[in-house]
Amino acid sequence: MTVTARVVELRAMQYRRTFRASIFTSFLNPVLFLLAMGVGLGTYVDRSGTANQALGGLSYLQFLAPGLLAATTMQSAAFEATFPIMGGLTWQKTFHAMYATPITPAAIVMGNLVWIAIRLAMIAAVFTLVMVAFGAAASPLIVLAIPAAVLTGLAFASPIAGFSATQRTPEKFNAVFRWGITPLFLFSGTFFPISNLPAAIQPIAWLSPLWHGVELSRGLALGTIGADPIRALVHVAVLTAIFLAGVAWANRTVEARLVRG
Amino acid sequence: MPDPVPTPDFSLIRARGLTKRFGSFTAVDAIDFDVAPGESFGFLGPNGAGKTSTMRMIGCVSPVSDGVLEVLGSDPRADGPRIRSRIGVVPQQDTLDTELTVRENLVIYGRYFGLSRAECGRRADELLDFAQLTERANDQVEPLSGGMKRRLTIARALINEPDLLLLDEPTTGLDPQARHLLWDRLYRLKQRGVTLVLTTHYMDEAEQLCDRLVVMDKARIVAEGSPRDLIERYSTREVTELRFPAGVQETLNGQLEGLAERVELLPDRVLLYADDGEAAVAAAHQRGLRPETVLVRRSSLEDVFLRLTGRSLIE
Repeated sequence: MTVTARVVELRAMQYRRTFRASIFTSFLNPVLFLLAMGVGLGTYVDRSGTANQALGGLSYLQFLAPGLLAATTMQSAAFEATFPIMGGLTWQKTFHAMYATPITPAAIVMGNLVWIAIRLAMIAAVFTLVMVAFGAAASPLIVLAIPAAVLTGLAFASPIAGFSATQRTPEKFNAVFRWGITPLFLFSGTFFPISNLPAAIQPIAWLSPLWHGVELSRGLALGTIGADPIRALVHVAVLTAIFLAGVAWANRTVEARLVRG
Repeated sequence: MPDPVPTPDFSLIRARGLTKRFGSFTAVDAIDFDVAPGESFGFLGPNGAGKTSTMRMIGCVSPVSDGVLEVLGSDPRADGPRIRSRIGVVPQQDTLDTELTVRENLVIYGRYFGLSRAECGRRADELLDFAQLTERANDQVEPLSGGMKRRLTIARALINEPDLLLLDEPTTGLDPQARHLLWDRLYRLKQRGVTLVLTTHYMDEAEQLCDRLVVMDKARIVAEGSPRDLIERYSTREVTELRFPAGVQETLNGQLEGLAERVELLPDRVLLYADDGEAAVAAAHQRGLRPETVLVRRSSLEDVFLRLTGRSLIE
């Protein structure tokens, strides 16, 4: 436990030195995206009768914002679980330096995931404040959308970290983003309800961890979650299960790399 | 003269039949050795001899495949993190954090050992002084020279005041001046009673720093002793090096026999092993040999290695 905290401390120390470079991508980018799509494009969407029907009477901003919140933490999590993990294991080898001390491989994995959770919470909090300011929140439960978004991100972070530890060059990271993150970003019910997808493809969307995160986050922001609490618990269970499976895998792949040297 | 190496009651490191295998490849093949408290102990050998694999097992970051290994009286298999809390490691490749400053690298490393922030700061300042890096304390790591980075890595390995300092090829890749500066720092540690275990393929480094060493070749230990002891045992007092004009050495067949106790032909020169080097030179001239250059020198660990393995250390 205490050794895990040391790993978090390192990441925080590094962040203090490097955060300026990431302010735009982690905080401003998602907010600009929300304003352009939700407010800008949303004005046109809201004029369409069919859209109103599909969105169940919500404004497009109200529909989009919680989904975008979950999608944003997914993207940040994927980034944090690729390049910094490769940095620690391959480029700077700081994880190898840690492993020469009482710090264990499992603490290195968990410490990094805790740090990622802290980063995601910061990003989600800023995003949520903007949502509230623009009237995209319909329920005080939106506060709980922050931990829901963090859990969504973690369900991506742990398996991607496990994968990153098996790589010696970042070449395949592009594939992760191109074939994994980007399609999920677009087709997990973030921008339009998955009921708009062809019937044959809809079940595939249920397999997307992001869809579970988007549904959860949306239910909380709009206060509709109480209508079907079992469904919400299933979303939480799915995301938690993926996260834990990812941790178990990352423990193995990170330790294997550290032992190999 | 009394034996300079005391025979201890207990060993900081004890290895019996220590073996490391990677699949079907045996990197370390059933080696035995002991390291006593306060001793400087070296593994001398060419690249690929199994030195780094041995060091990683001692450092409890690579599991033992077979045999017995005790570090600070404990078994790395059972007590890895506890043993690691009492040793300092200088890896072959720098693993410094280039996102942090010089001083921050020391402070965070102290935190890994559970030291308080105040204590980490105090030790960091002391170690910056020891490593002659005080002026660079708040600089980034990246622009430091290779020698400075190595000194920082050594300072970092000392932050937990270790009982045992492991150094894997500490001066490889450094220029001569940086090496001498580093040796000076390591010599000071040795004088303070810090137990040093190091690997090297530089015989001068081994001679400078090691009280006792083992010569490794192809995963095995081929000899053990103090540098002087090994030279006395496996070489003559002096060595005469003869260099001939290009192409001549190949025509000397037979003419060199009996000139010295032992004659070695290297690609670029002939080595005559004799206690009296000048006498060997005279004998060569008497036979009508006309070498381009002649050098009479004392035997070194390089000669020991050549004798033991038939190969040079650095090829």
